[in-house]
Amino acid sequence: MNRWIRELSVLGVLGLLLALLAWRAPAFFQLQPLLSLLAREAPALVVACGVAMVILVRQIDISVGSQFSVCSVFAGVLAAAGWPLAAVVPVAVLAGGSLGLVNGLLVAWLGLPSIVVTLATLVALRQGLNLVRQGEFVNLPERIQWLGLPQAQGQWLLITGAVALLALLAWGLRHLAVGRWVYAVGSDAEAARLAGIRPRWVTLVTFVLMGALTGIAAVMNVVQSPQVQPLTGSGLELKAIAAAVVGGVAISGGRGSLWGVLAGLLLLACIAPAMVHLRIDAYWEKAIQGLIILAAVMVEGVRQRRNHGR
Amino acid sequence: MAERPLLVFRQITKSFGAVRALRGVDLEVRAGEVHALLGENGAGKSTLIKVATGAHAPDSGTIHLAGERLERLDPALARRRGIACIYQQPALFPELSVAENLALRLEPTSAWRRVVWSERRRMAATLLSRIGADIDPEREVRTLSMPEQQLVEIASAMGAGARVVIMDEPTASLTRREQERLFGIVTALRREGVAVIYISHRLEEILTLADRVTVLRDGQTVACHARAEVDEAALIRLMVGREVDQLYPASESAPGAVRLELKGLCCRAAGGRPVSLRVRAGEVYGLAGLVGAGRTELARTIFGLTPADAGEVWIDGSRVSIGSPQAAIAQGVAYVPEDRRRHGVVLELPVGQNISLAAWRRIFPLGWLRGDRERSEAEHFVRALSIKTPDTDAAAANLSGGNQQKVALARWLATRPRVLVLDEPTQGVDVGAKSEIHRLVRRFAAEGMAVLLISSDLPEVLGMSDRIGVMRGGELVAELPQGATAMDVMSAALGQTPSEGAA
Repeated sequence: MNRWIRELSVLGVLGLLLALLAWRAPAFFQLQPLLSLLAREAPALVVACGVAMVILVRQIDISVGSQFSVCSVFAGVLAAAGWPLAAVVPVAVLAGGSLGLVNGLLVAWLGLPSIVVTLATLVALRQGLNLVRQGEFVNLPERIQWLGLPQAQGQWLLITGAVALLALLAWGLRHLAVGRWVYAVGSDAEAARLAGIRPRWVTLVTFVLMGALTGIAAVMNVVQSPQVQPLTGSGLELKAIAAAVVGGVAISGGRGSLWGVLAGLLLLACIAPAMVHLRIDAYWEKAIQGLIILAAVMVEGVRQRRNHGR
Repeated sequence: MAERPLLVFRQITKSFGAVRALRGVDLEVRAGEVHALLGENGAGKSTLIKVATGAHAPDSGTIHLAGERLERLDPALARRRGIACIYQQPALFPELSVAENLALRLEPTSAWRRVVWSERRRMAATLLSRIGADIDPEREVRTLSMPEQQLVEIASAMGAGARVVIMDEPTASLTRREQERLFGIVTALRREGVAVIYISHRLEEILTLADRVTVLRDGQTVACHARAEVDEAALIRLMVGREVDQLYPASESAPGAVRLELKGLCCRAAGGRPVSLRVRAGEVYGLAGLVGAGRTELARTIFGLTPADAGEVWIDGSRVSIGSPQAAIAQGVAYVPEDRRRHGVVLELPVGQNISLAAWRRIFPLGWLRGDRERSEAEHFVRALSIKTPDTDAAAANLSGGNQQKVALARWLATRPRVLVLDEPTQGVDVGAKSEIHRLVRRFAAEGMAVLLISSDLPEVLGMSDRIGVMRGGELVAELPQGATAMDVMSAALGQTPSEGAA
């Protein structure tokens, strides 16, 4: 299928990497380490879905890392205060959604550039958190560890939950009118407006949705460790944006799919453990990730050049 | 006045794809004269200017300046040889001062040259005073009014030693006082021996200012007269020239009840004036006028893009309020915008998705999008409008202009509109697609829609419309019945009283 060519090509590269590992370092394929790796990436996947949707409407949100920290600490504090998980999740979603609402209103209604707005909220949220918490760790109660399940089961649940969430969002993008609008606004906001779509409203919804997803991701993060450290989530924005771009979401908006984001995130996540297994110096990790991102952007650039040359 | 022509165009032709913009233009401009260039929308004036300034290379024909043939004219060469153009929208750097703007054009361009600021200011002041402009060279250009920016442009042309100055609709956005000052400057230029090519739609301006007039029509020179030889009526006749020479589909049905009625509708915030008109079901109401007469603005108000702040819209006998495009769609109003290449379709989306974009509420009543319904809906329109596309999953970007326009039409037909507003529906499409679109528009009307057709293509308005409204300066200045002549329409659009009372 021509339509999925971009996603399939990322899967192809991932396949090559896995084949190389199977040949040179079959130890990579032990169940428990793999499970841990994927469970650790599950929150990032959820965040990356949100970021991808924001990129699809031709915006960007670099404050996800800070939103993630705030939501994680908040969820941790609530859990430590004895709240049951069933109550912590909706409150975390609400908190994330409100942070998204602030970004969304500033971008969609005041028309401010999203890179600057979210740079400001990135710094403000991070510093605000430091101010309130003074760098304190949150010690979490035993009962919420792995959602109260044995570790392996908890990990499976987190992984399948994240993928199920992605599948739901991907379905919505393809089969709900608002999903269609996301693509239309990202391709050409003025054309969308002329077609009776409200670009500002669509933009706002994606920011709020992204915040809510960050709230969910924060809970998925919290249940994986005995404490929440205040620096959790720093650098997450780069990881999420990188996964989206590698997975074929056009940074200029309007094109890409969440399945591509999944492929992109898997590829990037496998680099570090693969290097350990292949005995390559760990300092190469970031360089290789950077090269992959560069390659993805170049593929995109060539494609756009070809389209415009027509 | 020197008799030897300074700038001579001979048999200039220029095509863009299938569109023949210039098909043999002759123009002779003398030093020390104001030479007016006249023609209706699309007659080729803008293209001719672009050829003169080197922006477009002509396909054939010759250009001579002061007896010397100019070959491979490009913008830099044109400027060096003293051909300058003052556009409607001055192309200055808004964040730089007047003196810096002038210096950028006039000072040598070597990168490491030392800038002598006092010298730069002095030069700017000299140039500005030479054309009688009272502007402080230190001011930032963005703080200048539009006419002041024009003056800076003229000063820069003079500083470059321009021998030919082209002015494209220079008075379009000027007040009376500013106009008079501009006329004074034009007269001064003439005295200095500069050849001024003056383009304007305002006949009275041309008749007061010009020494000679050249009229273009359909990319050809039809006449060149001295001022004394012509009057307004003669000029309009020359511009219009021919009767409708194309076949247009005939009206198939008698118009029904009044479908759309505007009562003093306007959006003052967007600079509109009140407009009242009625369009019946089954009627094609043509809106004619010069570019900038306020037709697109009216359409955007009807569609809720710039919501009306005065007046009323009535559809099928009941008053409706349209505050947004969503409300317009809900009331059965559809708007196919001009400039399809930019915003009529979403280029990245497939044809099928483009078609269902505005009508999703009708096509997908359950709220979620179903591929099968979308495909069958799209295939229906691809067949009905004979849209040439490999399939409905092809991106709209891959289609030709005429077919993109049909996709834009299909999107709005899918909403089953009661009122269809078409803004320049055949601009930039080839002849075949054009007559197909005409046929379709007739069919939509026959199906009972009220069609408001905005077009700058005079034969199209005359051939397609059951009635024609003519707009000028944001107002509806005339309403003409079917069978009106191009002369009637142009007279109204230019603000002249027709020679024979068409009451």
